[in-house]
Amino acid sequence: MAQPVEISITATGRKVTLPTGLFINNEFVPSVDSSDVIQCLNPATEEVICSVVAGSAADIDRAVAAARAAYNTTWGKNVGPVERARLINRLADLMERDRDVLAELESLNNGKPVRVARDFDIGDSIGCLRYYAGWADKITGQTIEVDNKTKLAFTRHDPIGVCGQIIPWNYPINMWAWKVAPALACGCTIVMKPSELTPLTALKLSELIVEAGFPAGVVNTVASLGSVGGAALAAHPDVDKVAFTGSTVTGRKIMEAAAKSNLKKVSLELGGKSPHLVFESADLEQAANWAALGILYNTGQDCTAGSRLFVQDTIYDKFISILVGKAKEMVVGNGFDEKVSGGPVVSKVQYDKVWSYIESGKQEGATLALGGQKRPGKGFFVDPTIFTDVRPDMKIVRDEIFGPVLSVAKFSTEEEAVKLANDTSYGLGAGLHSKDADQCMRVSSALEAGTVWVNQYNLLYNNVPFGGKKQSGIGRELGSYALDEYTSVKAVHWNFGEKLDWPF
Amino acid sequence: MPSTFEYTWDTPVYKGSTSFSTGLYINGKFIDGSNNTTIDVINPTDGKTIASISEGTPKDVDIAVDAAQKAYDTVWGLNCPGNERARLLNKLADLLIEHSDEFAALEALDNGKTFGWAKKADLSMSVDVIRYYAGWADKIHGSTIETSEDKLNYTRHEPIGVVGQIIPWNFPLMMMCWKIGPALATGNTIVLKPSEFTPLTALLAAKLIDEAGFPPGVVNVVNGYGDTVGQAIAEHMHIGKVAFTGSTLVGRKIMVAAAKSNLKNVTLELGGKSPSIIFDDADLDLAVEWAAHGLYFNHGQSCSAGTRIYVHENIYDTFLQKFTEKSMSLKVGDPFGQDTFQGPQVSERQFKRVMDYIESGKQEGATLHLGGHRVGTEGYFITPTIFTDVHPEMRIVREEIFGPVGVILKFKDDDDIIRQANDSVYGLAAGVFTSNVKRAIKTAHALHAGTVWVNCSNTTYANVPFGGYKQSGIGRELGEYALDNYTNVKAIQINLA
Repeated sequence: MAQPVEISITATGRKVTLPTGLFINNEFVPSVDSSDVIQCLNPATEEVICSVVAGSAADIDRAVAAARAAYNTTWGKNVGPVERARLINRLADLMERDRDVLAELESLNNGKPVRVARDFDIGDSIGCLRYYAGWADKITGQTIEVDNKTKLAFTRHDPIGVCGQIIPWNYPINMWAWKVAPALACGCTIVMKPSELTPLTALKLSELIVEAGFPAGVVNTVASLGSVGGAALAAHPDVDKVAFTGSTVTGRKIMEAAAKSNLKKVSLELGGKSPHLVFESADLEQAANWAALGILYNTGQDCTAGSRLFVQDTIYDKFISILVGKAKEMVVGNGFDEKVSGGPVVSKVQYDKVWSYIESGKQEGATLALGGQKRPGKGFFVDPTIFTDVRPDMKIVRDEIFGPVLSVAKFSTEEEAVKLANDTSYGLGAGLHSKDADQCMRVSSALEAGTVWVNQYNLLYNNVPFGGKKQSGIGRELGSYALDEYTSVKAVHWNFGEKLDWPF
Repeated sequence: MPSTFEYTWDTPVYKGSTSFSTGLYINGKFIDGSNNTTIDVINPTDGKTIASISEGTPKDVDIAVDAAQKAYDTVWGLNCPGNERARLLNKLADLLIEHSDEFAALEALDNGKTFGWAKKADLSMSVDVIRYYAGWADKIHGSTIETSEDKLNYTRHEPIGVVGQIIPWNFPLMMMCWKIGPALATGNTIVLKPSEFTPLTALLAAKLIDEAGFPPGVVNVVNGYGDTVGQAIAEHMHIGKVAFTGSTLVGRKIMVAAAKSNLKNVTLELGGKSPSIIFDDADLDLAVEWAAHGLYFNHGQSCSAGTRIYVHENIYDTFLQKFTEKSMSLKVGDPFGQDTFQGPQVSERQFKRVMDYIESGKQEGATLHLGGHRVGTEGYFITPTIFTDVHPEMRIVREEIFGPVGVILKFKDDDDIIRQANDSVYGLAAGVFTSNVKRAIKTAHALHAGTVWVNCSNTTYANVPFGGYKQSGIGRELGEYALDNYTNVKAIQINLA
């Protein structure tokens, strides 16, 4: 085990060599004490792609030790900012070079369309790396006046140290970049645990880490079950910080484990049930496009999916008919088909979960305006599904479904819309469509979400922060704000003139 | 049609060639100057002409400003997102690296500095600065500011528009990069005037700026004389800001012209007469090395040169002896020679000026402790020169010489040395040598200088600011601080009540 395998991608004829071991200290190695493997499936065909080594708790120990050693010797404060920037930029160059291979691998394992993976997931990831490379030599502290005659006070923004990073399966490469880039720019070392559903691109990217020239141990990749590797990282006494993106349920466990072990710093990017509001003055055609994007992009497998749509009653019928038309235009199929805009959901477990919500929607009395029929044949395909006449207490309205399933309700006043929108324990994203500028300002201020989109949805930029309020998360990614997650502030009080009298 | 400059080197330290247009670079093209005249470029090692470049006129400045304004209104400014500006700057950095040795050789040919120093200092810093500012391009943040819930108040840091940049001859390419880096990162378009003494690396850089893909009109390079092209830039009604590095004398003229025309924003990086203070607990050997570097680096043609060296009386004799030995070990000669430390001064005018100061030192009664003469019979070489037994009123102690000429003074009083060091109209930099941290910090805090080097001298980093107190300048370059020179802050107050 841990030998590379060759994968044949039937649709393009490409052969890809894939490392299958645990990536520790710049080498791919077998598990130290386990023969477990993770089988990686192609969700469009349900076929096995390959198996990779499944890391154990002991392997996590090894990876953390490697990351710590690197932090103390070749990384951390031992490497200058210009060098960190150079390596991160080099990594971006290599991702650019291997863009097509990575896109096909991502599509094979996750199901998303190849062109979306290449242009959006990987394009944004390359931009993210370059963005944080630019920050590496700009992480400044403050000098602070206290007493000019005797004291010098200043802060240093030190790297936090060894970071455990646990990423999800919905945007494997993009989530990898969001975590790796700021951590490296700040001088941290990393033990990365990719999702057990989609570890392949993280392993392929580990080859680029070596090629870019990062010292051994700076980035380590341990594919592992969440309950094994993820839990081990969260509880590890020598990990200084854990960053997790995934479900709120798991996020709680991570935070609990961090509290019980060494009070490591925690940042969490969790679930959402983001509201999407369409007011009567909105450009309905555009709003329908954005609303469709909001629930159907990535087949609804997006933490900020606009999964609760609230439409003002005066335009409700007209808007719904436009929206249903848009949703019908969405082609869901195999990611290697150029015509396709959305792929399957990622796994059988997700497929069953999404369908059980669809069933519950029907049972709780919502009206099915679109979808609701399973496809025959192979592949975890779920077609766009729209429920109308929903009530706030329905499961499909309260719970995060993580599929292309939209719940739609009416509202009459702005106050009612805001109240409905905020009636959730989540607070990740929100969208509103209106041509009334004052209304846009009032409503965007009132919505309890970490990102509010006005007259658009879903689109992010590497230099604008992202994260959740309420139970959607702790901390912010992207923008300059991510730097705060990977630095630790030390204040230095330097006395050069005060003599202390004793006894005090 | 402007001519193409071609040159091939076959030297012990570099073999290679270069080729580029000698025209004015305006709106993405190399063109003749409006008067069809040229300026001769002299090789300071032998006084011979090596090239003729197009001479710009005030009319050419107008043409360049129009091109820059058009580019700003259409394809640059905020029409071009920060990450695209970053991409282009990074591409330029890549090209600078690719042509690194070629640039170093060209700089050595034109300016007289050694190929080795050009490569080690000028080129590496030029690349660092462009990369550094590429990193800032998509991080030009304003603020949102809380006042009350029925107001939305925020700032935007907008580009200024068309900026004028006038650079000196001592670090031609590096000065160009210090200027264009932050200006382009923040979204401005540029009309840049290189020094008429050293235009060549700017022209090669213009060729690469074009190759990198900057849209036409974003960067315009107009060679010409200070009192024609420089003056035209300083007084132009449609240039929103002028940045100048050079002598304090010319800096005043720029500021006056700006005031009289459109009150354009002005930043100046001017002269210095920076003190190096050697306390008696300094690591003496290190202090000698650094103080020599501070004085002689770039043939003394550095605005932050540590040209007044104050040595505590307890160590004066030992220091002087070691410093003299060090000075004597510096080889003056061919910029492309194997062991050369120092080439010629940049021009005949500068050569005469330095020699005049040496003469004035002798006449005012200072002791010529070392050197004080020309080296060879060709070119503008001057040997490392030290004066001792000086007093503060002498011209060689008060005025900026800009050559390999230093004055060494004795001191004994810790408090008085601060007064002596600060006794200058300049305030660009200072050096402090001591092993006592308390003394280092107190002294550094008390000195009136924009940069204080402790136990080092004349080192710069792309991310650490640089600029002068008092008559050494206005504003800061490098670091995040440079961004302020090229942005206009707009506060937007939206009433929601």
